[in-house]
Order: sequence, then C-alpha cells, then structure tokens
Amino acid sequence: MAVVDATGSRQQAQRVRWWRELSWRYLIAVAAILYAIFPIVFVLSASLSSRGTLSGTSGLFTSVTTVQYDALFDTLFWTWMANSLIIGGVSSVGTVLMASAAAYAFSRFRFRGRRGTLTFLLLLQMFPQLLAFVAILLLLLALGHAVPLLGLNSKAALIAVYFGGALGANTFLMYGFFNSVPRELDEAARIDGASHSRIYFTIILRLVAPVLAVVALLAFVGSFSDFIIARVVLTQQDQLTVAVGLYQFVSGQFDARWGIFAAGAVIASIPIVVLFQFLQRYIVGGLVAGAVKG
Amino acid sequence: MSTVAPSETPPRATTSHARELNRWWVVKLAVMALLNAGLLYAAYSALMVQEWAILGFTAVLLVVVNWVYVSRRMVPAKYLLPGIVFLLVYQVFTMGYTAYIAFTNYGSENTIRKDQAIEQILRTGDVRVEGAADLPLAVVRDEAGDLGFAVVVDGVVQAGTAEEPLEPVGGATVGGNGAPEEVPGWTVLNLGQILEVQSEVTALRVPFSDDPADGWVRTQTGSVGFQSSPRYSYDEATDTFTDLTTEVVYTPNDRGFFAAPDGSRLTPGWPVTVGFENFQRMLTDSRISSALLQAGAWTFAFAFLSVATTFFLGLFLAMTFNHPGVRGRKVIRSLLILPYAFPGFLAALVWRGMLNNPYGFINSTILGGADIPWLTEEWLARFSIIAVNLWLGFPYMFLIATGALQAVPGDVYEAARLDGASAFRQFRSITLPLLMISVAPLLIASFAFNFNNFNLIYFVTEGGPNIPGHPLALGETDILISVVYKVAVVAGTKQYGLAAAMSIVIFLIVGLVSWLGFRQTRKLEEVL
Repeated sequence: MAVVDATGSRQQAQRVRWWRELSWRYLIAVAAILYAIFPIVFVLSASLSSRGTLSGTSGLFTSVTTVQYDALFDTLFWTWMANSLIIGGVSSVGTVLMASAAAYAFSRFRFRGRRGTLTFLLLLQMFPQLLAFVAILLLLLALGHAVPLLGLNSKAALIAVYFGGALGANTFLMYGFFNSVPRELDEAARIDGASHSRIYFTIILRLVAPVLAVVALLAFVGSFSDFIIARVVLTQQDQLTVAVGLYQFVSGQFDARWGIFAAGAVIASIPIVVLFQFLQRYIVGGLVAGAVKG
Repeated sequence: MSTVAPSETPPRATTSHARELNRWWVVKLAVMALLNAGLLYAAYSALMVQEWAILGFTAVLLVVVNWVYVSRRMVPAKYLLPGIVFLLVYQVFTMGYTAYIAFTNYGSENTIRKDQAIEQILRTGDVRVEGAADLPLAVVRDEAGDLGFAVVVDGVVQAGTAEEPLEPVGGATVGGNGAPEEVPGWTVLNLGQILEVQSEVTALRVPFSDDPADGWVRTQTGSVGFQSSPRYSYDEATDTFTDLTTEVVYTPNDRGFFAAPDGSRLTPGWPVTVGFENFQRMLTDSRISSALLQAGAWTFAFAFLSVATTFFLGLFLAMTFNHPGVRGRKVIRSLLILPYAFPGFLAALVWRGMLNNPYGFINSTILGGADIPWLTEEWLARFSIIAVNLWLGFPYMFLIATGALQAVPGDVYEAARLDGASAFRQFRSITLPLLMISVAPLLIASFAFNFNNFNLIYFVTEGGPNIPGHPLALGETDILISVVYKVAVVAGTKQYGLAAAMSIVIFLIVGLVSWLGFRQTRKLEEVL
C-alpha cells in the first residue's frame, strides 16, 4: 500500500507540475497561433466568397465559390503577376551573382582600395535606395531620352535600379560567409591548376549555397513588394507589378473591389510562401546573421 | 555536358586549364561583343539627342569594361565591376543627384533643359490666323491608334498626326459636306467617337510641315479646321521670346522661366538652382514645418514602438516555448512564422480591409456591429498601425530571439537560482543582457527599416486621416518618407526640389541613428 501511495503522489506531483509549468504555455500557443493565422484565414475566406465588397461579410466561409478567381481573368492581374515574377526573378539572380562576386573579391583577394571600398559599402547600406526615388525618376527621364530601354515604363530599367541596390544590402552578409570557407580549399585547387573563375563557380559558390538562397529570397521579396520605385518607374497599366496593381483594386474610396483583391492576394502570396517553406532552415540561420525582410 | 572534370584529365593539370580557357574564351568573347555593341549603341543615341553626360559616362564605361576584362591582371576588378557600376549609377549617383536637386526648383513645370523648354514653347504656343480660310476636316486615327486630322487643302486630302506633318493621301474621297469621308490607311471617327475624345481633339495640333513656323491645323468642332501659327518667336541673340500678337517681350528670370515685365510667364520652364530655399521653406513655412515636425515625431515614435512591441512579444513567445517540456515546438514555430512568410504589402492591405469602418470584419462581425473608427480617428489610426506592424513583425523577433536564447548557457540560471534570484530577476539580469549582445544590431537595423516603412503606412491608412486643408494634403499618420512621396508623386503640382530636400534630412537622421547604434555595439570594428 505504501508503495502505491508513493507512486500515486509522485504522479500527482508531476501532474501539478505539468499544470503549473506547461499548461499555460499551450494556452499561449493556441492564442498566438490564432492571432498569427487569423488574417490569412480571413483573406482565404474573402477570396472564396461570392460578394465582391466588404459590406455584408458576416462570417468566415459562409459561401465557397470561385467567382472572384474567375473575375481575375477579366483584369490585368495575370499580366502584373508575370511582370512581378520576371522582375523579381531577374533582379534576384542578378543580385546574387553580383553580390557574391563582390564578396568573393573582398574575401579572397588583397588589392589596393579594398578596405576603403568595404567601409564605403558598410556606410552605404545605412541609406536605403528608396529615399533617392526622386533622383531615380529624373535620372530615368534623362536616360530614356537617349536609350528608351533604360527609361521610364520599362521593366529593364526597373531591374537595373534594383541591381543598383545589390551590393549595398547583401555584400556584408555574404562576405562573412565567404570568410568562413577555409582558404586551404582554394589553394589546393589552385595547385591543381584551377583558374580563379573555376574556384569561384565550382568550389566557393557551392559551399555558400545557403546564404545564396537567403539573399536570393530577400532580393525576390524586396522587388516583389516594392511599391514606391515600381510605381514611379512603371506607368502604363500593362507594365505594372502586382504590388502596384493590387493596390489599385482597393485604393478607391467607393469602388474598392475587395473580393477580387482577396483572390489576387492569395495567388500573389503563393510564390513567396512556397519559397519560404523550402528555404525555412536557411532563413532562420541567415536571420541571426542580420537580414531583415520587408 | 562536356565539362572537363579535373579527375578525368591526364596528370598534367595545365592541359585542362588551357582547354577550359579556350572553351570559355568563346563565351567571353560573345558577352564582350554584346556589351560593346550595347554601350556603343547607347553612346550613339546619347550623341543624337545631345545628352552629353550620358555620352561621357558611356564612353568611360566602354574603356573601363574592355580594359578590365581583356587585361590578364586586375582579377578583383573583374568580380567587382558589374556590381560597382550599377551601384555607382543607381545608388551613389542618385544620392548625389538628390543632394543637387534639393538645391534646385525641379518640379512639374521645371523638369526639362532650357533648350528643350524653348523648343516646347515654340511648338505649343499658337494663335489663330485671322482671315485664313477654314478647312473641311475629319478626325482620324492612324494604324498605331494615334489621333490625327484629315483636311482638304486646295481640293487635296491631306492627313497627319501631332508627330507626323500633313501629307497628301492618295485615293481619299470627299463627302457631301466637303470633309474627307474615306481616307486609305486611316480610320475616320464618327461623331460619337469624337465626343468620347473631345478634349484630346480640341487640344490636338497637326503641323503643316516639319518647321513649326508654318503653323498647324486645329479644330473646335471636329468637322471644320482652322489654321494657327506660332504665337511666340524666339530671338537667340537676346535670348528672349516675343509674343507676336501683343509684342510683349519675355526674358529669362532667375526662377527658370521666360517672364514678361508684368510677371506673366511662359511654361514650361527649366530647373535652376535656388540655394537653400527648399530647406528654408521646411523651417520657416509654418504649414510645412509644423507638419514635418509632427511627421518626424510620429516617425520616431512609430519606429521605436514597432521595434519595442514586436521584440517583446517575440521574446515572450520564444521564452514560453523554449521550455524543454513543450511538445510540438516545430509545429508551433512553423505556424507562428506564417505572417513573416506572407508578403507584407498584401498583409497591410488585408488589415486595411478588416479594420474598415463600418464594413470591416473586425467591426461588423467580431465586435458585432461596433462603430469604431480604427483608421479614420487620429489616435486610433496610430494605434492600428502599430498593431498591424506587431502582427507583421513579431515572427521575425520570435525567430531571432529563439536562436539567441539557445546560445545562453544553462548553468548561469542554475547559479542564479541557487542565489535565490526570482524569475523576473533572472530575466532582467541574465536573459536580457546576454540576448542584447547578439540581438542589438538587429534591433537597430529593424528601427532603421521601420523608419522608412512606407508600404505599411501607405497601405494601411495612406497617411490619413487628412489634416484638414493642409496645402501638401498630408495626414496625421504620415511618416517622413510618405510625406516625401506625397510631395513628389501624389501632389498636383509636384515639387521635386522640396521632396529631395526632405529626403536629405531623412538621410541624415537615418545615418546618424544607425551610426550611433552601430558604434554602440562596436559592430564597425567587428566586421572590418
């Protein structure tokens, strides 16, 4: 009897401890998750609703139809989406190539002006390119006068502007990672006769793949979400990016089309959410190294 | 597919190196040829439109690119050049250019060069030629859809657009009213179609020839055209315009306009430097300075509160789930970071819909038809913005706090517990200080980011509610960057000079805050 009593009270003590130390943590988990997913559930529900406006929404998922998604085909949404994917894709690949090439040069070569350039980049990354949008507008006005491809209302021009921000924001993040790749690897390869470009493309880039993924994602999200510069550079309706285009759906005071917007928002968010799921492991590592997403 | 792997090559490694160089040589040559062609084309077009700065830059770039990539030395430059060129043009130059614009009166009416402005005044100022014969006219469109006129001059049908001077059209027919009826190669608009584009039609000028002095055809009715001739004549020797109808002489003034003695002026003008005027206006024009002061204070409060609220919620959640007994931590984490994975600008717009009064989901459903002006009352709007940013930002802080907490050694807590420290004391004296070492630079970066978090403000409230009757149409929740945007892009009369001057002020503030912060954390020394 005495033994049973002892186990019983130990179990009881454990239960008490569970209630005291852990139960509230689960309660908070439930509350936090509800808070985190509520707006996403709302936009899903609104995109499946038959109503196109805000008024009259009384509950979640009261009706499930695809009319809002069908209605997207009557708008330029798919053109905007394609524009955004092209601009985001090209600027993300270009950013990774240029920033990693620069980080390779800083990490592996010793040249005159290296320290000065590094300090300059460190200072420069404090000043967001966004702030210079007036000058960008006037610069593109003049450039477009000579080379229309680099002027207003051209995707190439917008990509070039995003390329301009490639080094400032990312070189430092990459520089640290490049330094963590042992130099002995390059030296061994050089003795085997590999050229500097071969070492860069086949050895270094493979070893720093995680940080390349993070920078690619941040560059993609950055250009995908940019509003000011995209809005200033692209003016024709069929040239807009999805951020500027979707904003138009709901910017009107009286003719806001929330149903269509919700459907567009769900589709537009898919590429980013999917990329995040794939790269989650790398991102968490990269975050602590100092990357901020907008 | 034929990549030569080092292991497959014969012992003499130099062979593979040379062969590889040969193969890549072709690719490299093609890229260089394309680059040179592009740059030469850019230089040529810049020469044609007399943009000397662009021509000069392209020429320098042409030399540098070939020098760096053809030479066998300068290896680091080969890697740095592409990024540096874009950086110099689109970030360094634009920053310097912003500083220059801040000292000019660049704006809606002062955007183009003086020679371009002169040309435009010559091309657009016109006056009806008194006594000239009316011309029977039809409104037409060319194949590209551009509006034009077809007129009957001396029995011959001629057609043209604003860009293309009138040219005789073969095979055209004239209708009963004497106006052209069918014009091959052009679409004739009927009365209904004309009414749709009425304002464009009455503004349209079709030149008789390439020389502006020959005048234009215009119309008021869409069926009868009249001849107009240039109203102003430009005298290069004295650099003045003369109004041919009134003989008034316009001379260039220090504001970048041709102005008459009575103060009236010709548009467009050209930008001129105005010294510190834009900065002076920010300080002395009370409507601007008070709004800027308010926006500045709110920007600081918003950025600080955003960092503080997101960090403490993220940290609280990280500490809550950092307990080894909590099961399903992975699931909790992947659900909690959903707001971080969802594109921020879309989330801001979704919240704007949910917070709408009275139709938004929060008022109409959750609060059962409450009438709370979340986005339209000054202080509630500010509260809503911070609340929305909390939702957007806490997962990021949760992630970095989780990472940083795992680096805090457990035995420190053991020692503290033995010394009888309470849970709160442990948090304040151990967790927070240890965390701050790794997290502080990220908090500063987050502050700097939120300082210019245009998307959030503009998408949730558009800066509103509006300050009644404000000359720059500013709102109560505008932060500095959205003020700049409104002055430069949204306003009817765009004031690029003033906007650039405001940008400079933000540059200085952000730079100062970051510099102070980074110096504090000694990040600068650590990185270099």
